[in-house]
Amino acid sequence: MDNEKQYLFDKPKNIQRILYLLYACCALLVVLDFVIHRHVYHSWENLPIFYPIYGFIGCVILVLIASWMRTFLMRPEDYYGPVEEPDNSKIKIVDVSHDHAKEANNNNIGDRNVDA
Amino acid sequence: MWMLELPPFVLFLIGGLIAATTRGKLRGALMVAIPVISGLHLWTVPEGIHLQLMFLDYQLVPYRADKLSLMFGYIFHIAAFIAIVYSLHVKDTVQQVAAMLYAGSAIGAVFAGDLLTLFVFWELLAFTSVFLIWARRTPAAYSAGMRYLIMQVLSGVILLVGALFYIAETGSVAFDFIGLEGIAGWLIFIAFGIKCAFPFAHTWLTDAYPEATPTGTVILSAFTTKVAVYALARGYPGTDLLVYIGAAMTCFPIFFAVIENDLRRVLAYSLINQVGFMVVGIGIGTALALNGAVSHAFNDVIFKGLLFMSMGAVLHMTGRINGSDLGGLYKTMPKTTILCIVGAASISAFPLFSGFVSKSMVMSAAIENGHDWVWLMLLFASAGVFHHAGIKIPYFAFFAHDSGIRANDPPNNMVLAMFIAACLCIGIGIYPAALYSLLPYDTGYNPYDATHVLAQTQLLLFSALAFVWLNLKGMYPPELRSTHLDVDWVYRRLVPNALQRMFAVIWKVDGSVRQAVLGKLDQCQQFFARQLKGGGSFISSAYPSGNMVLWVAVILAAYLFIGFVK
Repeated sequence: MDNEKQYLFDKPKNIQRILYLLYACCALLVVLDFVIHRHVYHSWENLPIFYPIYGFIGCVILVLIASWMRTFLMRPEDYYGPVEEPDNSKIKIVDVSHDHAKEANNNNIGDRNVDA
Repeated sequence: MWMLELPPFVLFLIGGLIAATTRGKLRGALMVAIPVISGLHLWTVPEGIHLQLMFLDYQLVPYRADKLSLMFGYIFHIAAFIAIVYSLHVKDTVQQVAAMLYAGSAIGAVFAGDLLTLFVFWELLAFTSVFLIWARRTPAAYSAGMRYLIMQVLSGVILLVGALFYIAETGSVAFDFIGLEGIAGWLIFIAFGIKCAFPFAHTWLTDAYPEATPTGTVILSAFTTKVAVYALARGYPGTDLLVYIGAAMTCFPIFFAVIENDLRRVLAYSLINQVGFMVVGIGIGTALALNGAVSHAFNDVIFKGLLFMSMGAVLHMTGRINGSDLGGLYKTMPKTTILCIVGAASISAFPLFSGFVSKSMVMSAAIENGHDWVWLMLLFASAGVFHHAGIKIPYFAFFAHDSGIRANDPPNNMVLAMFIAACLCIGIGIYPAALYSLLPYDTGYNPYDATHVLAQTQLLLFSALAFVWLNLKGMYPPELRSTHLDVDWVYRRLVPNALQRMFAVIWKVDGSVRQAVLGKLDQCQQFFARQLKGGGSFISSAYPSGNMVLWVAVILAAYLFIGFVK
């Protein structure tokens, strides 16, 4: 599928840009925490950067517990009954295995560039 | 426009009739017109009791309008309008009729001023909506619909019994504050709780909603749980227990949502999470908290509808909805992607989106009333909802790894419906005063102060950072083709298996007891035969009892004959 159109996130560079933007926003919010005075309702809010820490740790714990829950809650897809396979006749599906290989390659090159 | 006494649900019932008898463009035009006309009329309806009648000795009030019911009336009209536009392409008459009647039942329920009228609409909600699930016409949808119907009807029956107790206790059928006193209060509370998807009674929702048709789920998500929220807000404001139930509802579904593969089931879990915020608000019961609960219900109908619409569009266009099968759809479905992200931002309560202006009211009320732990749980749930609904839904459907599927954006009517919902999400987020003016209480609340905006943005962006970090580390649970057990396992596996085993044992014991008794009888018979037979003469030989009966009958007949001749 070399002649297929290149889309926005086919370039790893664009993904990196989005991530850098997120990191920058997070850094800015930490700085703002010390600049902006805010009303405090709960004693925990007095802690510096309480919300960022709570959000980050909360989500990590959420995912870790959820992953652990998989160990005893997960069953095969057809556990309750047979599952219908989707009908592929009406939609267009392109072969992306080649693209993936290319992507992985690009990633490696990108990594090397960063290292260099 | 027409008689004030005409309750708004009547037009929807007529709409159901129209949907059943017309076809094509005419049906589409008439169906879109109904919520518009009914909604415009409702806008002019003042507060007050507009219809009451006597039934036996009871004063029934089928049409009572006050700020609380009007608010839900407005949002149900908006939801019906959006959902009808979204499903204009659907040619299935069953779905169109069911959607109309279902919306009408929900609207009837929120304007019901007495418990008996409420019960009628409560059951109608169940019977009309189940067709939206069955309309998928798969075996899984059929059995999920059955389980859904049983739970819903059960809720209705409990409501009826509770209402009868209530009438016996108070002598009144009026549906106002009920409170948890006496058996009636508890029964009605449980009935509302089942429909509200309280923990352990929530699986009808996560079981059935993802099995409905692409358009059906959108309609389902708007009404049933919100009617229950309305009923709780009317009957149980300020009930402490609700604070804790609500807090549990905000937290436990997010764990399931993180590992669930079916993206519409993820949204179903997130629906329970959002209803949890409303339930907490109702439980706190202050003016600010109730405003928060009601406005969050209003916003949730729109943004959750938008998310279900975007996933419905994905299902409609690709025929699949599992996160493991999707990815990379942004390439060919850009409109759906952007509209989905608007919905995701709204449910995550980003500033300038609708979720922010209502959820923050509940959070503020929780902390103002000293519910510190509940507040921390709500904060955790806010971060979690961003994680699973805000990031996971758009990420796994539209980005993530490229699945190779190149499906186009859905038909124009679906895009238009999503666009209207997205505009409302952003409009309410930017100008919340319009929404606040409709609320039951005037609290002068302003969500946009530096404290709230900063805290919420920090919370959300660092949740996003956690998602990125976990993904880069490879610690994020991958989307796997799988089933995850929930409480419904109890009645889908545990109880049926236990019953099967119990009956197997019972049959076995029953069989062996029968065999033993028959053996003994046989032995007895042989024993007596031996005893009686003696020398084996003609008289002592064993005859079947049938012979005896025959001879008795012959003797009786002879008596009769002799008696008759005499």
